[in-house]
Amino acid sequence: MSATEKAASTTEAPASGGRVKLRTTNVGMIFQRDGKSLPVLENIDLEVGDGEFVCLLGPSGCGKSTLLSAMAGFLTPTSGKIRIDDEIVRGPDPRRIFVFQERGVFPWLTVEGNIGFGLSNLSRGERVQRVNHYIKMVGLEGFERSYPHELSGGMKQRVEVARALAVNPDVMFLDEPFGALDSITRLIMRGELLRIWHTERKTILFVTHDIDEAVQLSDRVVVMSARPGRIQQIVPIDIPHPRDISSPRYLELRDGILGQIGLAHRL
Amino acid sequence: MNSSNGIHKMERWLWPILATALFLLLWRYAVTWTGTKVFPSPREVELGLAQLFDSGVLYHDIVDSLRRVAIGYLGALCLGIPLGLLFGWYPALNQIVNPVVQILRPISPIAWIPVAILFFGVGDHAAIFLVFLGAFFPIAVSCVDSVANVPLIYRRAGSNFGLTPPHLLVRVVFPAALPQILVGLRIALGIGWLVVVAGEMIAVDSGLGFLIIDSRNSGKRYDLVVGAMLLIGVIGLILDVLFRRLETIKAVRWGIRNES
Repeated sequence: MSATEKAASTTEAPASGGRVKLRTTNVGMIFQRDGKSLPVLENIDLEVGDGEFVCLLGPSGCGKSTLLSAMAGFLTPTSGKIRIDDEIVRGPDPRRIFVFQERGVFPWLTVEGNIGFGLSNLSRGERVQRVNHYIKMVGLEGFERSYPHELSGGMKQRVEVARALAVNPDVMFLDEPFGALDSITRLIMRGELLRIWHTERKTILFVTHDIDEAVQLSDRVVVMSARPGRIQQIVPIDIPHPRDISSPRYLELRDGILGQIGLAHRL
Repeated sequence: MNSSNGIHKMERWLWPILATALFLLLWRYAVTWTGTKVFPSPREVELGLAQLFDSGVLYHDIVDSLRRVAIGYLGALCLGIPLGLLFGWYPALNQIVNPVVQILRPISPIAWIPVAILFFGVGDHAAIFLVFLGAFFPIAVSCVDSVANVPLIYRRAGSNFGLTPPHLLVRVVFPAALPQILVGLRIALGIGWLVVVAGEMIAVDSGLGFLIIDSRNSGKRYDLVVGAMLLIGVIGLILDVLFRRLETIKAVRWGIRNES
């Protein structure tokens, strides 16, 4: 597919034939703190297509993580509805896995134990096979019996991603998954995530405050404003993969989002 | 590298041994200087213990004390861990029983001795009950606190994989809380060992606690009193060292701070 065709298919609504996987309608969230009500999210209307990669981008405190937690079923919106496959989200579900920063890895289990955590309903043979498959996919061969505290941050993050992939979810929610990694590891992990996304074709919702990360990874960037969090703009990224991150189009999109957030592209 | 490690290793033993030798020396000369006729010197203690050991009495006393601690402590584990997990898991339930627990907890197990004898009569059961009481509260309270401190992120991750609450408790909350629980279990074992000595002084006629009180009452054998005291200290140390080996298991080591 040429760049222009790809652009045509992604500018309008979600990619991949337009089948809507996740839809939020007028979602609002109000937290109660010390007797005061604090609006965190307001009027969130968003459609995410099946197999689409969407980044939620915004400054810290803009409610993007809250929105992601609500989509995953950990929080219930104060108003509005979140539907996945036309079904209202009522709680966490193994079909939709939330990937925390590496902190979500269980420190009392080995790499194998973590990745196989959601597979207890499988037979032993199947489980071992599935675990090995994903250990290979995230490049952790040789560390099957290691414990998380013996691994680097990037390796722990791989364990979490593999643990999520192993239960074969349709949707993955990633909350600043590479935020705690050094910049080189972060770049490598982005490449790996794209490679995995291309083979597994999950719907991915990815929270970040890093504009470059959002433009490098996603089909569309949802730019959010803070207090209360609202959708400011949705920017389709019409650059084909693998993306040339010094191409004029890349810089144009990135600078556009920078301007949108109110930052000049000069320090 | 190797030689400096060797020196380091030697120093780790050298200074404690020197300190112990100094302590024994001070003790020995303090006995001479004060001219006491009652308090024994280290040598007299050694001879007294050897005599007891040869007669087989010492062995039985040690085994009896350890047996009482083992039974009482196991009972406290079996009841304290499930209850602690339950109350930690349901904070509302915990709020209801917490006032009662907080009132019972500061009561020294020694204060329970008359009640223990009333319940169980003079004998093994009373001593075991005291150990149980001494160990139960630290175990239960540490379980409640540890469960309450399990990061929300682990619970969320667990429930995301479709775990029901009982599974979440067994597969996520308990292992996540275990390192902190172990700290409570270790403290409880220490308390159990403290309490059994007190219990044996009153409730039974065997064990190291009984050995102390009996040696004093029958002929003021202070060499045996002090000997039994030292033995209690050494066995307590051994129990603690053995327990700490549990903390090196990899499934819990992640959560144990490396303080001495």
